[in-house]
Formats: sequence, C-alpha cells, structure tokens
Amino acid sequence: MIAQKQILLLTLLIIISVSSIVFSLLSGSVNISVAQLVESIFSSEPSLNSQVLQEIRVPRTLAAFVTGGLLALSGAIMQVLLRNPLADPYILGISGGAAVGALSAILVGATGFWLSNAAFAGALFSIFLVFGIANKFGNWSVTRLLLTGVVVSAGWGAVINILLTTSSTNNVQSMLFWLMGDLSQSSVNPAHYLLLLVGLVGGIFVSRSLNVLIRGELLAVSLGVNVQSLRLLLFFSASVFTATAVTIAGSVGFVGLIIPHMLRLLGARDHRILIPSCVLLGGSFLVLADSLARTLIAPQQLPVGVVTAVIGVPVFILILRSTIRK
Amino acid sequence: MANLKIQSLSLQIKSKTLCCDLNVQVGENERWGLLGKNGAGKTTLLHALIGQRRADQGSIQLDGVSVYDLKQRELASKVGILFQQGIEALPATVFETVMLGRHPHTQSLLWDDQKDIDIAESALAAFDLDQLKERAVDTLSGGELQRLALAMLLAQTPQLFLLDEPSNHLDVAFQVKLLSVLTNKVAETSASLIMATHDINLAFRFCENIILLLESGESLVGKSADVLTEENLSQAYGCHIKSVSSGEHRLFYPA
Repeated sequence: MIAQKQILLLTLLIIISVSSIVFSLLSGSVNISVAQLVESIFSSEPSLNSQVLQEIRVPRTLAAFVTGGLLALSGAIMQVLLRNPLADPYILGISGGAAVGALSAILVGATGFWLSNAAFAGALFSIFLVFGIANKFGNWSVTRLLLTGVVVSAGWGAVINILLTTSSTNNVQSMLFWLMGDLSQSSVNPAHYLLLLVGLVGGIFVSRSLNVLIRGELLAVSLGVNVQSLRLLLFFSASVFTATAVTIAGSVGFVGLIIPHMLRLLGARDHRILIPSCVLLGGSFLVLADSLARTLIAPQQLPVGVVTAVIGVPVFILILRSTIRK
Repeated sequence: MANLKIQSLSLQIKSKTLCCDLNVQVGENERWGLLGKNGAGKTTLLHALIGQRRADQGSIQLDGVSVYDLKQRELASKVGILFQQGIEALPATVFETVMLGRHPHTQSLLWDDQKDIDIAESALAAFDLDQLKERAVDTLSGGELQRLALAMLLAQTPQLFLLDEPSNHLDVAFQVKLLSVLTNKVAETSASLIMATHDINLAFRFCENIILLLESGESLVGKSADVLTEENLSQAYGCHIKSVSSGEHRLFYPA
C-alpha cells in the first residue's frame, strides 16, 4: 500500500537529489557561490564560472547521477531476479567483461570514445556469454544463471590480473582508476538520460509484478505473472543498465548493492516506491560521493568507487543496526 | 462459476506413471478431495491444473478452454492455489502479503483500489488475522503463516480453489474453521474446490467427491461414500485401513 510515509520518503529523496546536484556544482577547484551559480544560469554573458560549469561540472554531475541511478536500479532488479540479497549489478560478470574491454583499450593507448566503446562491447559480450551458457538447453534457471555469472566473473578476474601484471606502470595507474570507478573521463549523452528514464518508467510499470516475483516463482505464476518473459526482461534490462553505467564510469562499487537494501530497510519494500527511490538515492549518492572525490584531497582526485565504499559501509551498518533494534 | 473438465489425462515423472486416463468433471459448488499415498501424484496433478506441468496425454479444460492456452493472468483470476510449501517468511507485513492475492484482478498501475483493500481485509478477518495486519511476516508462527496463505487465496477470489495440504500446521479448531470458511465461500460464489490431503477423515467430512490415486497409476473417482471404503483405501495406501461408522459419520484408522 502506498502510504503517506512513503510519499514523504519520495519527497525527501527528491530534495536530497536536488541538493546533492547543487552541492556538486558548487564544489571543486574553483569556488562558486550559490549566487554565482544562479547568475551564470540566467545570464548569457560568458564568464569563467559559466565556462567551468558548462564544460566541466554540469556534465560530470549529470554523469554521476545517471550512473548512480542506473546502478541502483540494476541492483534492485538483480536482487528480485536472482532472489538473493547479495546480488548486485556486477554479480553476473558484466563489469568483468567491461573491465577486460576497457583495460585492453588502455593497453593499446585508446582513450575517450574508444575506451567507452571497448568497455561496452566487453559488457555486451559477457551478457550474451553468461546467458548463452546458462541457457544451453533452453531452460535456464536462476541458479544456473547465478552460478554461470559467478564463474564467468572469476574468469574475467583472471584476465584482468594478467593485464594488470603485464602492463607498464603508466597504464596500470589508469587501469586501477577505471577498475575502482572514476568519473573524471566521463561523458554522458542524451541516450544515457533516455535509458535511465526508460528504466524508471519501465520499472514502475512492472513494479507490481516484481512485488509478487520476489515472493517466489511458483507463487508469482499462480498469481498471474508471466514469469518466463518477466525474468528475461529483467535480466536483459538490468544487464544493459549495468553495461551503460560501467561504460560511463568504470566499475563503481557498492551503489548497486547497498542503495536498494538501504531503501528496503527504510520501509520502501514495495517496488512501486523502491524503483523511483533507487533512481533518486542512487543518483544523489554518487553525485555526493563524486563531489567528495574531487575535493577531499584536491588538487588530487580520488577514484569515486573508493569514496562510495568509505561513506556507504558505515551508513549501511548504522541503518542496519537501527532497524534491528526496532 | 467455473467448469473443470479433465479428460483421459496422463501424467508421468521420469518413467513413473502418476495417473493415467483420469476423467473428472468438476462443476459449480462441488468440493473434491484428492487422496493417495506419498508420491502418488497429488501435487503434480494440482500443478498440472494451473498449467505448470504438461499433460503427457489428455486434456484439462476450464470452461471449455485448455488451461495451457489460457493467459497466465486470466487463469489466475479464475483458479487459485494454496501451495504445500506455504509462503516464505520474507520481511513484509501481513497486509502487504494478503494484498498480493489481488494481483490478477488489479487494474491500476500505482494505486490500490478501495475495493481490493476491502476484499483483502475481509479475507484477513475470515482467518482471524485482522489483529496482525501490520505485523512482519517473518515474526509469524507456522500456523499463522498457513492462515495468511489461506487468506491470500481467499483474497484472490478464484472460482476454482486448489488446496495442497491446507490443514498443514493448523490446530484442530482452525482446521474446522478453515473448512467452514471455504465451504461458505464455495457456496456463496458458486465456486468449486479440490483439496489434496493426507487426512482421510477430513476429506470424508468435507468433500462429497473423491479422487483416489492408486499406486498403479489408475484412480478411483466418485462420491466419497462410494470411494472411501476400507478395501479401496487399504489398496491405495498399501496398509490395512479400517473404519467405524456412526450414523452418517465414518472414521478411518490404520489397523
């Protein structure tokens, strides 16, 4: 049931999202005040501030939001699909495939566009590899999918290690940044926003069925959910969200695992609430983490994946403890 | 009302024939008991009735349409099943859980209709769970969980109730309560019911018709009084079963 409490949660998350975006736009090597931010939005005069905003901070902030939203959405979907609380966007080896693609690109000196495409190609390859093996006899089960994913992941891990140990020091630095998740090279385009929007709307559209599916496959069937096609839809959509997120920002850890759990612990178990909440909180969490990654040890930057873990772990433990006490 | 027609149905698991050439017709306001020893195929037959197990031969028709041709949602709005495993104790409230029973009927994407809420609430009340509405499912006892599963089935308002061991985890008082709630519901809505159970006495008391699955794969179908005899039951269960009668009541016990 959608109660007032949950409407309140959504409202709060919208406020958090807006504030985190503003915070991100204000923080960085050039200090911009709220007044200057408003001024540069409304004036057409080119200035240093508006240039910094337009060329650096706005794209990066939006990249962080889209990535975080996609990861949290994908995590929530994977947790329903695999009916496993430990499921995260990377559990089926998608990030591993992307990493191998990206690292190989770094090895041959590719950057930007080619790096992204290599990562995306690696992720897609991994999706079809895992599904192909799990689906060998036409009847894939969730357990098969999970086991295949974990094994393929381990395989990618080995390839990543080979690439790391055999590359020059210079390359290893960039590789490590990619592996930990890093937004400094990121760019987003309208297709990314569209994907997040489609994920949000589509997710809300199937949210009632997700509520039933998480209770068990047989029960879902008996309550009229077309489990076969729903699972297929969930697998491929979550995979594409993950593939896109890692293409934008590398494998940023933790967002996809803890954001859905955090929200469930806060009472958003109903997917009609959980899906939009994941997009909002996942997005703002990564925006905030990236702001800190840029400023904590400025002028040096931390990989954002490190910051997500450093904030995420204690916050998650706090919420877990406080709900257990109830 | 729903009309279930099972025609020369055969079901097999691996090479074992669970039932062959089964013919049953279930009409409105009928209550059927499904009996047979462990592994005789009671659950398999119920799963076949919701299209989850292919028939090796024969057909299963609901109101003239094969259950394998019906859309999942359409089938779910007509046929409801209580699984033997009951429901899993996940972190969710009792009310959230019983509302899932409304899934096949729900129209709106986001909001819960008052009508669905009312049906769910009266289903909870029917099994004395209205006080536990806000309780977390993972804090319920085994019996409470089973009543919640039954309330969810009631909320689904099916025309054909399929029950797999409905008396699991229930004390005597709730067994009787369960039977009276379901009998009333079936009569009220001109529905019908098939109940798989190990409790011969419960089946005799509650169901006027019986499907008795035998070891050989054959089955006996007919009125309870005709099918539930010492001889038939002893053959079906492979152990000697005797009965005592008092007026219309009959009590079975292993000799």
